Amino acid sequence: MSASKTTAPVTDTGALQTERPILSIESLSCSFGTGCPFCAKPEHELERNVCPRCGTVHALRDVSLEVYPGEIVGIVGESGSGKSTLMRCVSFDQQASSGAVRTALVDEGASNILACSPQQKRAIRNAFFGMVYQNPWLGLRMDFSSLSNIAEQMIAAGCRNVEQMRARGLSLLEKVNIPLSRATDPPRVFSGGMQQRVQIAKALSNNPPILLLDEVTTGLDLSVQATVLDLVLALRRDLDVSMLVVSHDLGVIRMLAQRSAVMLDGRIIERGLTDQILEDPQHRYTQQLVHSLL
Amino acid sequence: MRQLYNFAFFDEGSKREIRRAILKGIAIPGYQVPFASREMPIGRGWGTGGLQITLAIIGPDEVLKVIDQGHDGSVNAVNIKKLIVATTGVEITDETARASLIQSRHRIPEVPLTAEQVLVLQVPTPEPLRDIEPRESETRRLHAEADYTGAWLGLFEQVVRYGNMTTGADHPVLVNGRYVMAPSPIPRFDNHKLNNAAHLTLLGAGREKKIYAVPPWTSVVSLDFEDYPFAPETFEGIRCRVCGAQGVYFDELTDPDTGEVFHQCNDTSYCQTRREAQTRREAQT
Repeated sequence: MSASKTTAPVTDTGALQTERPILSIESLSCSFGTGCPFCAKPEHELERNVCPRCGTVHALRDVSLEVYPGEIVGIVGESGSGKSTLMRCVSFDQQASSGAVRTALVDEGASNILACSPQQKRAIRNAFFGMVYQNPWLGLRMDFSSLSNIAEQMIAAGCRNVEQMRARGLSLLEKVNIPLSRATDPPRVFSGGMQQRVQIAKALSNNPPILLLDEVTTGLDLSVQATVLDLVLALRRDLDVSMLVVSHDLGVIRMLAQRSAVMLDGRIIERGLTDQILEDPQHRYTQQLVHSLL
Repeated sequence: MRQLYNFAFFDEGSKREIRRAILKGIAIPGYQVPFASREMPIGRGWGTGGLQITLAIIGPDEVLKVIDQGHDGSVNAVNIKKLIVATTGVEITDETARASLIQSRHRIPEVPLTAEQVLVLQVPTPEPLRDIEPRESETRRLHAEADYTGAWLGLFEQVVRYGNMTTGADHPVLVNGRYVMAPSPIPRFDNHKLNNAAHLTLLGAGREKKIYAVPPWTSVVSLDFEDYPFAPETFEGIRCRVCGAQGVYFDELTDPDTGEVFHQCNDTSYCQTRREAQTRREAQT
């Protein structure tokens, strides 16, 4: 940190306040069910994330999070803690119940992108977000060639030139180490690791400044995991992409993320530098999580 | 003639309902209007959509022509004609220029249609995005938001796999700059006949319960890419063996005796009209 900048106030997370987050999630909530006066009050205890009176599932409760440019932020938590719902809300796949998501890329962060029209949302997602789903079947068209999968977002963004899209697709496939001889094969016939890498190539097609990675390595064997993680780190280094990475695997988070948040029952229960969380967990659940790490 | 049915088979209420759908379709070019498709005395998938449109708009003074894949005398066309004549008593013609109402399965006649004529096309699959998205609720949303990535993606996939766009028929078109439409499965050769046409085109899908329309003088643009432009089928150097026509849509046939491959106009009425004119000329000289 240069001497001139040390006078700037430093937040608890270590990021400079003068720097503006590229993505900020503000008090995001997402519930499934009718809701009732009981569970509407945040101070009332729920049974995990289910309201004991009306049975509404509160998948996300008042979640706030910032991602700064060029930063990788990790989200850990057990299954059912709301990690994927958070990702799905940010990527517009799931409608949030309340809260806001802003990005510095749209209106300088002035407007809540969750309140945009469907067309605007699609344009934002095509231009600024790359989404990689835990299950490649959600993120890819399995019967279309890998090249078409990568071209889809470019077509959506208005490209109508086949050779341009083919060239871009081939260079991305090369980047994710997929032999170009397989470029016209559908992902259906690929191994799980290859499918995941095609998904990453697809997410990168429009050079998005923000990548949302949902359990990218889950279900992959260790050597393939390492390849995918290497790729993610290389992308950050080479393209300076900001990322929000969800995983239940602390090893993945430790390797990728500078800052992390721990989620439990739809809430963020602990946040801070990844090292700090892993070395000195404060919350009882985080302690349990860290100590159960093999 | 003893009337067993109301004029044009349908009761007046049914006709009005179908006409309302037609009017809405004309008002929103290319938009698929859902309608209550009736049970018909022919099976679904045999032109019930087109037939319902024809019966809803036909009047006693109409001159009707029905074509099946370019042919006036094939089974589908003949049966539809029989039904319509039995319930309306209208005049039937094979001659394109004489008809005021033309119901067709998968072809637009070679003779250009005029502002006085209405073309009714039978449609099996009205949804151009169906291959990409199987859910009707989703395709409706995609149309509403004008998200036609899927239509282009299908064409891109063809170029990537086969080196060019390979739609034989039903090449998707953008109507009036807004809705992407399946032009019933007419061959690519016929797509340009819809663009800025003088006549009204009505498309009906009975099984899928949709009616849509291309009003006269409406732009109909076939989807394509900058570097892979849309191209109709070419029949360069091919002549009709019967009438000698060139530059029309041809059927390829094999002579069963000699095994020789030859071509013949797909539009039989066009071929016959030319043939008759030639015979008259020969008789004069």
